[in-house]
Amino acid sequence: MTNSSKRVGSTGFSRFVAMFAKEFIQLRRDRVTFATMIIVPLMQLLLFGFAINTNPHNLPTAILLQEHNDIGRAIVAALENTKYFEVSHIAQSSAELDHWIKSGEVLFGVEIPANFARDVRRGDNPSMLVVADATDPVAAGTALGALDGIVKTALRGLHAIPLDNSSTPPFTISTQRRYNPAGVTSLNIVPGLLGTILTMTMLIFTSLSVTREVERGTMESLLAMPIDPLQIMLGKITPYIVVGFAQAAIILVAGVTIFSVPVDGSLALLIVMTILFVTATLSVGYTFSTIARNQLQAIQMSMMFFLPNILLSGFMFPFSGMPGWAQVIGELLPLTHYLRMVRGIMLKGADTGDLSTQIVWLTALMLASMAIAVTRFRRTLD
Amino acid sequence: MSDQENNSSDIAIQVEGLTKSFGDKVVVRDLSMTVHRGQIYGFLGPNGSGKTTTIRMLCGLLTPDSGRGTCLGYDILKDSRLIKERVGYMTQRFSLYQDLTIKENLEFVARIYGLRSPTRAARDAIDRLGLNGRENQLAGELSGGWKQRLALGACILPSPDLLLLDEPTAGVDPKARRDFWNEIHALAADGLTVLVSTHYMDEAERCHQIAYLAYGKLLTHGSVEDVIRKARLETWTVTAPDLHALAIELENTPGVDMVAPFGNSLHVSGRDRQVLERTVENFKKREGQVWERSEPSLEDVFIDLMQGTSDNFSGAAPR
Repeated sequence: MTNSSKRVGSTGFSRFVAMFAKEFIQLRRDRVTFATMIIVPLMQLLLFGFAINTNPHNLPTAILLQEHNDIGRAIVAALENTKYFEVSHIAQSSAELDHWIKSGEVLFGVEIPANFARDVRRGDNPSMLVVADATDPVAAGTALGALDGIVKTALRGLHAIPLDNSSTPPFTISTQRRYNPAGVTSLNIVPGLLGTILTMTMLIFTSLSVTREVERGTMESLLAMPIDPLQIMLGKITPYIVVGFAQAAIILVAGVTIFSVPVDGSLALLIVMTILFVTATLSVGYTFSTIARNQLQAIQMSMMFFLPNILLSGFMFPFSGMPGWAQVIGELLPLTHYLRMVRGIMLKGADTGDLSTQIVWLTALMLASMAIAVTRFRRTLD
Repeated sequence: MSDQENNSSDIAIQVEGLTKSFGDKVVVRDLSMTVHRGQIYGFLGPNGSGKTTTIRMLCGLLTPDSGRGTCLGYDILKDSRLIKERVGYMTQRFSLYQDLTIKENLEFVARIYGLRSPTRAARDAIDRLGLNGRENQLAGELSGGWKQRLALGACILPSPDLLLLDEPTAGVDPKARRDFWNEIHALAADGLTVLVSTHYMDEAERCHQIAYLAYGKLLTHGSVEDVIRKARLETWTVTAPDLHALAIELENTPGVDMVAPFGNSLHVSGRDRQVLERTVENFKKREGQVWERSEPSLEDVFIDLMQGTSDNFSGAAPR
């Protein structure tokens, strides 16, 4: 026996070192895991740190001016000066204003009625209307709170305005919190959870489906059989559409019965949109499945995708409060569009017309990820 | 058995100049071969010699870097979908679904190949395999021998014209191995062409034709007798009191190209007949040694072939 193969009597510590060294080597060799440990947390820190804002500013606002004059302009300027409101739409009728609020394009609608300027100058204390989409009580709340401040200051310095120290303010703002007047958080959260829970489970299901075949060695056989990538994908996704549908039904029933969330709009539309969303999410998961080398990587990729879905989709933080670049990322997530659909249908009674933008987005995202998945699918073992 | 348009040809596989690399490792180099219909063609060679890669190129699982050829009359580069319809491929690793039952696995295969009655086809296969009463057992619970029989059963279920078997008997007991080979011969007698890779010499000897690959190159091919004859190897058997010491001494003696212990004797082989004979004459004079001229075995030939080839990649074998 050579010298190097003699035993000196192993201690518990040297066995620990052996195990430790082995784990470390394996960890270092698995590049993807290594990347997720170092790069991803840093990326997420920067991404979410800058994107998330619990005190949202520059919220999209539509205005409807029944008359055009210096007082109307001064009030709009004062609204924008608060930094909470940003006039993004000019409405021509109150129907248009309502549509934008319902479809979620704006969070606030401001209406200045006819003869408003005349009444202010007469000291009649006229009233203007601010309508808020209160589905998300947090986003609407702070902005509405800032309104009081502008009543006194907005018209300062304008010609022929009653003095500041007069006992009555020059005008009043009547606010209307739509869809969730009591500001109940669960009304906003439960429909959001429907989308979030579906995203989580659907992603995990399909992201494992191809990698599992590769890991267990069944993929080699499957590839040698006369079956096309599209047939494989559709065959793998369809069972989970049924699963996702059942899951959605459970959450909906619980939401309605336990949390008293209303379903104001069409249930049929909600079902169709849910199927569309589930299919889109499954396609994303399937795409991961074709990229990941093993099941662990597939799970890691799903988690990496899941976090921005929670944080940037408008589920936890107001979407319109995020900076522009973060909103762009958000628009690329299926959950963002589904959340708007679910909240729209359940809380606002939105119909197909109100949701057309979201439907187009979601369909496009679904087709895009399906196309990526089918082209990414390795037909050979090369 | 075959009803396709080119049954005038009796050639099942014909390839020329197949080459495949992974990264900068050439795994198969300029390989040309012809396999006739109804033959059992044995593919031999050490681990990492390119057997699996070649088989995968034949059934469209890998794309060759260069070279061309046909499989059952179809172009291996363009018609892989058509080839897949008519080829049964049994992978080295058990690749049926472990969490499906025997019956479910067979029905799955039958449906993929579009058999008219998948349920009946599966039931017939279960009868043929002798798995009656166990059809609802999970495939993953079967023993190695039964897994291999089931995998073969699944391969031949769609009645292919060509079977590609990649080390089908690895880790299977001798009895099961023998049964397996009897089955292969029965299938070949019915006109099925079989390309089978193996490490076992006794299996090689049961093939109609064999080819020997090492380091991606086809070193020799033909019937077993052809291959042994072409090697022009001279072999002697010697028994002596201290075989180990003798083997070490012989290895450094002129004329001796290979020494291999076989039980209580050594096989001593050389390519140069005259030099080897002179060496043997010298050793015969020693006491206690019995030298006898013998026929080289297939294994002697293969080991000699391997030693004659330079190892062009000493790294790990490809996937």
